[in-house]
Amino acid sequence: MDVVLNIAAKYGDIFIMGTKITIITSAVATVFGLLLGILLALFRMNLFNFKPLYWLTIIYVEIIRGTPLLVQIALAFFGLPLLGIHFPSVEFMGVEFDRMFAGIFALTINMSAYACEIIRSGIQSIDPGQMEAAKSLGFSTWRAMRKIVLPQALKNLLPVLGNEFIVMVKASSQVSVIGLADLMFSATTVQGISFQPFPPLVIVAVIYLIITVIISSLIRLMENNLSKSNGR
Amino acid sequence: MSVFTIKNLEKSFGDHEVLKDINMTIDEGEVVVIIGPSGSGKSTFLRCLNLLETPTKGEIYYKETLINSKTDARRLRQDVGMVFQRFNLFPMFTVLKNVMYAPMEIKNISKKKAEEIARDLLVKVGLEDFADDYPATLSGGQQQRVAIARALAMQPSMLLFDEPTSALDPELVNDVLVVMKNLAKAGMTMAVVTHEMGFARDVADRVIFMDKGYIIEEGKPADIFSHPKNERTQIFLQRVLAS
Repeated sequence: MDVVLNIAAKYGDIFIMGTKITIITSAVATVFGLLLGILLALFRMNLFNFKPLYWLTIIYVEIIRGTPLLVQIALAFFGLPLLGIHFPSVEFMGVEFDRMFAGIFALTINMSAYACEIIRSGIQSIDPGQMEAAKSLGFSTWRAMRKIVLPQALKNLLPVLGNEFIVMVKASSQVSVIGLADLMFSATTVQGISFQPFPPLVIVAVIYLIITVIISSLIRLMENNLSKSNGR
Repeated sequence: MSVFTIKNLEKSFGDHEVLKDINMTIDEGEVVVIIGPSGSGKSTFLRCLNLLETPTKGEIYYKETLINSKTDARRLRQDVGMVFQRFNLFPMFTVLKNVMYAPMEIKNISKKKAEEIARDLLVKVGLEDFADDYPATLSGGQQQRVAIARALAMQPSMLLFDEPTSALDPELVNDVLVVMKNLAKAGMTMAVVTHEMGFARDVADRVIFMDKGYIIEEGKPADIFSHPKNERTQIFLQRVLAS
């Protein structure tokens, strides 16, 4: 126990830095992944009456869900430059931006595929009468979706999406393979400089746990706040 | 002036023909009640009027203009309100916001003005005390009256009612019918699909009997109910009036 605390105190800065990167990376990826997921869900339901988008979305979701995240992260980091997409290797919060971007990019893409299916099922679970009622008042399909159906779907999906965020926080540990200095990376770093393989892992495990417990508490709080229209 | 003129309207779902060659008009201020056995296509017909269902064939003229695009349909729906069997109130909004929302969103009416209109309408349907409640806490009859207020808030020229009392407990039906009667008295143009024969007899200017996708018979309620000409109308009325 003492060893763990000593290591935590001595290399605190490294762990804090890693924690920041993990939170930023997973939060940004979750937000953009969700937004992209919503758009994909609408394509997948053919809301815009455009079949090619529908088919592309199905193929996209199958590919992303059918390949490992670790491979996707490596592909984003090594593959994007090969496709001629370069990002300036400037320092940003103490990390190189290109690694950060590749990591966030891969996580976002990964999240969006899962979010697409989750959000589609959420939208389809809303009574079609809601869409009809909105349309009958003069809403366009898109506006009715945005203002009436989607908010209800997202409210119902809040626990599931919170779960996805937690999954993302943990899955983001895989970006350490491309040298992005996240929490997992900080554990490896400290292992190397302290010659102690075990304590750094305990420390990051606890930090991951703290982050995810905070997220699930926040989600529960939001659920309670949104439950006032549930009635009875 | 005719509000609706329907020419050769047909609607199929796959191979199943629900509406076959419907021709009719609805005039301004008229209350048309559509009756018929379940599966006769009367709800589908009503839903074709505001294009919630896209007709397979035929022409719909609204105020003498042919409706033939999505934009036309949307404009029509802003002017023709609809009340549903299952109310379809927006559960995440309070009663007041349910009524205010569409005028603010669609007509860009100021919040203050929209609230004024909404509160007046809630008084009209007898629910002013429920403005801040959520729909889920209301009875079916109250929800349906909110739904009527919501449709009226767009200040429509006409209302469509799709079996507005069919999902209600019997003792709640009357509150909704009273609101509808008052609307009819005030001169609102209405098309009502219902099983309430009393309402049809008392309030309708014209009763339409539909069966198997056809309009079988139409006329003044006194004529239809006292001496129906068609055999199918006779059988249907015998059955529903006997119970």
